[in-house]
Amino acid sequence: MRVRAADLRSWLDERLPLQAATELARHKTVPVHRLTVVYYFGGMTLFFFLVQVMTGILLMLYYRPSAEEAFESVEFIMTTVPFGWLIRSIHSWSANLMVFFAFVHLATVFFTRAYRKPREMTWISGCLLLFLTLGFGFSGYLLPWNQLAYFATRVGTDVSGTVPVVGEWILRFLRGGDHVSGGTLSRFYGWHVAILPAITSLLIALHVILVQIQGMSVPASEVEIARRRRPMKFFPNFMLRDLFGWTLALGVLAAAAALFPWELGEKANPFAPAYADIRPEWYFMFMFETLKLVPGGEIFGLEYEAIPVLLFGLGGMLMVLVPFLDRSGRSSLMPWVGAAVVLYMVGMTAWGYRSWAPVLVVAGTGLFSWILTLGTRRAGGDKT
Amino acid sequence: MKRRRLVNWFLGLSSTALLGSVLYPVWRFVSPPDVPEASTNRVEAGPTNDVELLERGFKILKFGNEPVILLRAGDDDYRAFAATCTHLDCIVEFQSAERRIWCNCHGGEYDLRGEVVSGPPPRGLEPFAVDLVDNGTGQPRTIVVSRT
Repeated sequence: MRVRAADLRSWLDERLPLQAATELARHKTVPVHRLTVVYYFGGMTLFFFLVQVMTGILLMLYYRPSAEEAFESVEFIMTTVPFGWLIRSIHSWSANLMVFFAFVHLATVFFTRAYRKPREMTWISGCLLLFLTLGFGFSGYLLPWNQLAYFATRVGTDVSGTVPVVGEWILRFLRGGDHVSGGTLSRFYGWHVAILPAITSLLIALHVILVQIQGMSVPASEVEIARRRRPMKFFPNFMLRDLFGWTLALGVLAAAAALFPWELGEKANPFAPAYADIRPEWYFMFMFETLKLVPGGEIFGLEYEAIPVLLFGLGGMLMVLVPFLDRSGRSSLMPWVGAAVVLYMVGMTAWGYRSWAPVLVVAGTGLFSWILTLGTRRAGGDKT
Repeated sequence: MKRRRLVNWFLGLSSTALLGSVLYPVWRFVSPPDVPEASTNRVEAGPTNDVELLERGFKILKFGNEPVILLRAGDDDYRAFAATCTHLDCIVEFQSAERRIWCNCHGGEYDLRGEVVSGPPPRGLEPFAVDLVDNGTGQPRTIVVSRT
C-alpha cells in the first residue's frame, strides 16, 4: 500500500487543527532594523540547551552517581566508551556556551529594554531560566566527583549556610546532611537530571509561548526603521538564519571538544587540602573574588561573609523586578546600573584570572554582533 | 447562599488538609535526617618518622568524619588543628617555608597556633592535643592526636 504525503496530511487535517497552525506560522514575522541580530541570542541559548539534553541523556547510560563509582565511571566514559570523550566534552563545552549565551541574551534584552510592558512575564521567566541554568552548572560541576568539584561544592553550599535564620536548613538540604558526601552527589544528580530539567522545560515552553503571543520587541530607537522596512518572514527566512547559526555552533562545539577535551582532574578526597589555584567555573568567578576580599568578622551576629552573599541575592531579586522598576521603559538610570553591573562582573572575573581574556571575550562578542548588524544597517529593504 | 458558603468553606478546608497531608511527608523527606556520628576522641597518627610528615611537613588525619591537620613545626614539635577553614569549609594546608597554615580557596592565613593572620576567616582553627608515645629505645615514637 502506498501512502502519499497529501493523504497523510488530509488524514491529520480531519483530526487536528493543522490548518490554523500553518496559517499562524505563515504570518509570523520578525521586525527588521539595525539591531535585528539580538533576536538570535535566545535561540542560540536554546540550541545549547537541546545539545545538553541529548548529550546528557547519553552520558546517563554510563554514569554512576555514587562517591565510590562516579569518578571511575566518568574516566570510563572518557577513555573506553567509543566517542565517550566527544560526548562528555561537548556536554561540558555546551554547558559553558549555554551560560555564556544566556548572559548575552539577558544583556541585549536588558539594554534594548525589551522587558517593558507587556513583556514583564517573559523577562521574569527568562531570569528564572538563568537561575536554573546556573543551578544546572553548579549541580553538574560536582558529578565527576573530582577535587575541584568537591571543594567548589563545599564552598558553594557553605555560602548558603551564612544566610541568617534559614541558612542552616538550606545547607543541610543542599548537602543531604552536614557534610559533602556521596549523599550530596545523589542529590545533585537527582536535581541535575530530573528536577531541574522538568522545571526548565516547562519554563522554556512558557517563555517561548509568550514570545509567540507578543512577537519580538522592537527597541525604541528602531521603531521608525522597523516601520519603514518589510519584516522578515519567520518561516523560512528567520528560521534558516537561525539554523545556519546552530550549524555553526555545532561546528564550534565539535572543534572545541576535539581540540580541548574537558579535563577530569583527580578523584575527590575529603581528606586532602585544597590545592593552589582552586577556583569555581568562570560564571561564579566574580562572586568568588568578592568573597576573597571580605575580611573575617561579625556585626550584629552576622558574619561579614554573609553580607556579599545577601547582596548578591538582593541583586538577583532586583534583576527579576527590573520591568517594575523601569515601568515607563525610559528610565535614564537603568542602562547605567546595568553597565556598572556588567563592568563589575567582567572586571572581577578578569581580576580573578589575572588575565584580560574576559574583557576580550566581552569586547569580541560586542564587535562580532556589531559586524552582524551591518547586514541590516543598509538603507535598502524599505517598503516604499 | 449561606449554604453555598458553608459548602465552599468545607471544600476549601478539606482541600487544604489534603494538600498538607501530601506536602508534609514530602517536606520531611527532602530534609535530611540527623545521622548520629560516633564521636572520635583519639587518633593514632603514625610514627614520628612518617615520610609524609618529614617531606611535606604535614598530613591530614581522618578524625571520624572530620579532617584534622597534623604538622611538624620543628624537631619534636608537632601540632594539630581542625583542618576545616573557618571561612567557607575548605581544607587547609601547612606551608613549611612560609611557616603558616594556608587555605587555597580564598587565601585565609593562620599562624602555627591556629590564629588568623590575614584573609577572610572569621575565627581561628580549633586546636587538638598532640602526644608522643614512647615505643622503647631505638624505636620511633607514635604520634597520638586527641580532642582537647
